[in-house]
Amino acid sequence: MNFQGLLNAMGLKTALFAALLIASGAPSAFAQDLRMVGSGASFPFPIYSAWFKDFSRKTPGVTIDYQAKGSGAGIQDFINRTVDFAASDAAMTEDEIAKVKEGVVLLPMTAGEIVLAYNLPGSPKGLRLPRDVYPDMFLGKITRWNDPRIVAANPDLNLPDLPITIVRRSDASGTNFAFTKHLSAISPAFKEAVGFGTSVQWPTSDKIVAAPKNDGVTATIKQTPGAIGYIEYGYAKLTKANIALLENKAGKFIEPNEESGQAALAGAKFPPNLIVWVEDPDGDKAYPIATFTWMLFYKNGDPKKAEFLRQMVDYALTDGQKIADRMGYIPLPQNVVDLVRNAAAGIK
Amino acid sequence: MKATHSFKSGGPSFAAGQSISKPPSQVERFVDRWFYRAAMVGAVLVLVLIALILWEIGGKAVPAIRDYGLAFLTKTSWNVQKQDFGILPQIWGTLYSSFLALAIGGLVGIVLAIFLTQDFLPSRVALVFRTIIEMLAAIPSVVFGLWGIFVVIPAIRPAADWLHSHFPWIPFFSSSLSGPGMMPAVLVLAIMILPTVAAISQDALHLVPFKIKEAAYGMGTTHWEAILKVLVPTAATGIFSALVLGFGRALGETMALAMLIGNSNQITLSLFSPANTLASLMASNFPEAAEVERRALMYAALVLLAITLIVNVLGTAILTRTTRRLAEK
Repeated sequence: MNFQGLLNAMGLKTALFAALLIASGAPSAFAQDLRMVGSGASFPFPIYSAWFKDFSRKTPGVTIDYQAKGSGAGIQDFINRTVDFAASDAAMTEDEIAKVKEGVVLLPMTAGEIVLAYNLPGSPKGLRLPRDVYPDMFLGKITRWNDPRIVAANPDLNLPDLPITIVRRSDASGTNFAFTKHLSAISPAFKEAVGFGTSVQWPTSDKIVAAPKNDGVTATIKQTPGAIGYIEYGYAKLTKANIALLENKAGKFIEPNEESGQAALAGAKFPPNLIVWVEDPDGDKAYPIATFTWMLFYKNGDPKKAEFLRQMVDYALTDGQKIADRMGYIPLPQNVVDLVRNAAAGIK
Repeated sequence: MKATHSFKSGGPSFAAGQSISKPPSQVERFVDRWFYRAAMVGAVLVLVLIALILWEIGGKAVPAIRDYGLAFLTKTSWNVQKQDFGILPQIWGTLYSSFLALAIGGLVGIVLAIFLTQDFLPSRVALVFRTIIEMLAAIPSVVFGLWGIFVVIPAIRPAADWLHSHFPWIPFFSSSLSGPGMMPAVLVLAIMILPTVAAISQDALHLVPFKIKEAAYGMGTTHWEAILKVLVPTAATGIFSALVLGFGRALGETMALAMLIGNSNQITLSLFSPANTLASLMASNFPEAAEVERRALMYAALVLLAITLIVNVLGTAILTRTTRRLAEK
């Protein structure tokens, strides 16, 4: 290419670049350009990011960025006022709420189920686990698959003489919190030995291994004959893992799905701060391990941002709930949606 | 270089008495001075950065050091609810996995380096091998982790089951392999440090002057005698630094280990039991850690830094002693 040609090409490129700049810069230069930042729980991240993307697209001039740092980090950011809102699977403790001068509005935005996925030779479906059995498995008290207590609940299954390998989460997470809270609620022995929290001290054993995140746990279960572990329902659905039916409070063995999840949430009695744990739901059709996950807002924050945050909540409660089941979450029951909509008016 | 070249080709332009040397020009001096300064700033910045990292981590660990003291190094539980923290199992797991990985990866790496540099292969084939080994270094840690879960664990399961059922009285095989555990972690770690060890050992062996090799053959040594008695000892300094660097990489490796080691806080010699490492503990717990646990994690980070530092210092010390002894011989 000769010099003149090069110059022409460069000139053309510069002009194009300038045009692009103007084109992309123009709308934001005239409309109000509002960027809101949130951080926190990773459990609802897939659905939150879908919501925020869609909401930002539908609302010109508003962008919402969300970083899935984990519930603990989100609460820290919220207390330090480095974000406009946060999200947490473990809601907030009294102490944490007291640290926020502006006041806190806690809104349950979506919910999930935690399932027990297992790997047995021959991949038998429909393993049933009674409520006095699975806590003991996670305590390392029941160590073989042909234990009489498991066999008694599963007369149709041919259970092998294989050690049970428990796969747990190695990282702290909201999934841990909800799962250990449920086990602590139904088993005094578990509450005594392990307790509940985003990260707990599991019994030490060769047959209790830990893997990071949902995908790590899922992969480890799939590769280990005789393994059982807890993962989010959405993950199990995606990877077509074998899932155990768990005995609920009413004594029925229930398979996790949208319907049994909603049945579990329906019985939740909300206090004014909207923090409620469905650690052991009533109802014949309720799947026993379900949990809400919350967004945290300032009661008296930036009024301009508050207006759009209220809009975002409204979007999440209407259009947002429609994609919940597809993404592996439980859509909020209508009574909860109404409660949350009223409470959202408190974001100012 | 340039001078010789012009001297040869540009004969006519050099009349007698004309010198080809000249004082550096203004520009050359300027460039020279500024290059020196820039390099100096770069070197100092590295030191400042290390100091800053130590200061930052140390500062944040101070409350935990005050609260838990040295008992932190000897306790075996990591209990967030009771705020009871200890990292002995993690220290054990870090050192055990790194030493085993070094034993396997280091041996294979050095053997490979000898194989590729000592005329066992045509030089082109050796180059292909070398490139492939170096490509291992470009594989992301998480890919190694997944490969470990989906390939290594199923592959070693039959052997592990056989060893456990036949020799359960040997402490290394005292438990059955559940999946993630020390053995798969060590194997993957060994492969991860292989490129480091192999590449630096090869450089060290390449650096042995050809004359020494010639002299050895001249004295009537066989190929193997020349390699083991002359070349490897001469390159020992470089090979040893390769091992130290490989060990350093093994100590700090995080993601692949977090996926493969099983993250269980126990101390055991068994190769098939799950264990834990310091780096894996930090990667797993940091994101969700609240204030108190975060301080304890900073303390753990400081311990890992100290271990790495001690290993490097010890390595250098052993190195200087052995080279001196070799020189005396």
